Amino acid sequence: MGRIEIDEKRCKGCGLCTTACHLKLISLTREINVLGFTPAITTNRERCTGCALCARLCPDLAITVFKDK
Amino acid sequence: MSQRLFVKGNEAVAMAAIEAGCRYYFGYPITPQSDIPEYLSRELPKLNGEFIQAESEVGAINMLLGASATGVRAMTSSSSPGISLKQEGISYMAGSELPGVIVNISRSGPGLGGIDASQADYWQSVKGGGHGGYHIVVLAPASVQEMYDLTMLAFDLADIYRTPVMVLADSVVGQMKEALVPNPRPVTILPEKAWRVRGRREGTEQMIVKSLFLGDGELEAHNWKLHGKYDVMKENECRQELFMADDAQLVIAAFGSVARIAKTAILMARDAGMKVGLLRPITLFPFPTKAFQEVTLRCKKILDIELNNGQMVDDVRLSVARDAEVYFYGRPPGAGSLPVPEELFEQIKKHY
Amino acid sequence: MPQVFKRPVSLKDVPTHFCPGCQHGTIHRLVAEAMDEFGVRERTIGVASVGCSVFLYGYFDVDVVEAPHGRAPAVATGVKRARPDSFVFTYQGDGDLAAIGTAEIIHAANRGEDITVIFVNNTTYGMTGGQMAPTTMVGQKTSTSPYGRDRAKDGSPIRMAELLAQLGGVAFSARVAVNTPKNLMDAKKQIMNAFRYQVEGKGFSFIEALSTCPTAWGVTPIQANERIGGELIEYFPLGVYKDTAQWKPRIAPPAPVEQPGARAFPEFMNEI
Repeated sequence: MGRIEIDEKRCKGCGLCTTACHLKLISLTREINVLGFTPAITTNRERCTGCALCARLCPDLAITVFKDK
Repeated sequence: MSQRLFVKGNEAVAMAAIEAGCRYYFGYPITPQSDIPEYLSRELPKLNGEFIQAESEVGAINMLLGASATGVRAMTSSSSPGISLKQEGISYMAGSELPGVIVNISRSGPGLGGIDASQADYWQSVKGGGHGGYHIVVLAPASVQEMYDLTMLAFDLADIYRTPVMVLADSVVGQMKEALVPNPRPVTILPEKAWRVRGRREGTEQMIVKSLFLGDGELEAHNWKLHGKYDVMKENECRQELFMADDAQLVIAAFGSVARIAKTAILMARDAGMKVGLLRPITLFPFPTKAFQEVTLRCKKILDIELNNGQMVDDVRLSVARDAEVYFYGRPPGAGSLPVPEELFEQIKKHY
Repeated sequence: MPQVFKRPVSLKDVPTHFCPGCQHGTIHRLVAEAMDEFGVRERTIGVASVGCSVFLYGYFDVDVVEAPHGRAPAVATGVKRARPDSFVFTYQGDGDLAAIGTAEIIHAANRGEDITVIFVNNTTYGMTGGQMAPTTMVGQKTSTSPYGRDRAKDGSPIRMAELLAQLGGVAFSARVAVNTPKNLMDAKKQIMNAFRYQVEGKGFSFIEALSTCPTAWGVTPIQANERIGGELIEYFPLGVYKDTAQWKPRIAPPAPVEQPGARAFPEFMNEI
């Protein structure tokens, strides 16, 4: 299946990725990162399909996507 | 055997540009300089060059900026109102340290003014013109031959100092026909244009041509660098013509077309037994300050004559020896205001 | 697990200065991906405009010339004519391109310059603090239209993709958005199409990309993105407005020349 890594230091907490994930696996934390934003995190990671739509919508290239062929 | 041609001043500028290796010209029609784009629109395509009639003078100066950023020799030309429009681009080119030649066959103003010869763009040309506190090299030809030679020099100075260079003339010099010896391009050692954009190939540095400097201290350092360059120009690039000045009791200061009229007046004065000479700045920036200092060590009277209400006279006053007197005679440009030699001779008699 | 989505090599691995939710970053990435896929990075010369897009050179790993406000198409004209072998693109906002730079964009387009223009339309002047732009929607409140844009006083938003499609020199003109995965995929496709025109030397190509400016609009990034899908796409419909597959190619571009010229004088200059 798939896996994403969110670069917490690059994430500006805009939340666009949360709208891209049709399984609703991404949400924003309440923790503040080094930029002063509340970055995105993943929950229920095992359900990720690696579709990469979150990464494509991310304006800051903060998401890396891995997927088994 | 050298060839002699009978050409207009404006055509000489265009011929010199081609001889200097300029293959890119961007212009817009305006009287009295349109011979330049007309000539180049005909000749550049034959030489694999590019002529573009831009949508405006603003468009033309920015095309010059873009072409110059790639390292080629390029030119634009216009006349006073069009040069006003180009000032934005000239400021950006000065800030981005881009070479480029801008020809101003100036006309009378302010506003739409008229199409007659004028020297009223002196301030605009030598004091920066656009925003931000910079200078460009300004060359002031007084003959068709100089239109040719100084245009070639303009390209060399632009490349050597990475600066826009202006050839500042008027319709007297631009429209008159004289004999021209089309000298070959002088051999000059030019710096390599390592700064030009070319496409960042693997292993080469990214090239950025810009005038935006936002880092702490960056812009100040950049301005000091530019002004350091202006100091070197002042030291090395001042050019002037001295005519019968060795024994003169009165020296006329005049540039461009008016210097030609002044020469006739000086000959009239010499015939009348008066020792009068001429100091004609050829570079308006850098201004030949030292030449004025040297002349006024001996001769204490300078009569500055301009086709305006007094612009270069400021620089003359700042340059002369402390005990020298500077008189001014000028006519605001416009139809019928070009002085005749007799008129200048009267002024010589008044101040001699 | 193999990596399936990565940063294009034409885009530097640095954080951007853009505000949270600003889609400049997304559009940058799509342009960089197209550069990678056509393999043109090493001959690309970008022309930066004035506005939030001014730091082009900080993000794209290509040579860049910075243009005065609105003048990028004229600067790009000079670059491309002098170096016809290079791939030249401008990246401009709506204040830059659709207001101060209208003369330059219209005439570069009409001449059919072989360049690609990426026009980012976020209906406001973002960098200067959210003032009214020519693309601002009627009724939209900005810092210089505090009562909302008034059609009677300020006119209507300019539709640039449609306007430029009318010009003879334009080979390709499209409007795209990056608000949803579907629109984003299509945006990528159209950017590729626009690039192809230049790569094949077939004339001027234009991409208008709708983008958010959550900061100037005074809304959250998600609300801003929803505005694109609603109000903006309704007024600025997405699609291809011109695609002249049969564009007449230019004559073989001249090689850059910089040598003492041939000393030929026209006949009318009689020797004396």
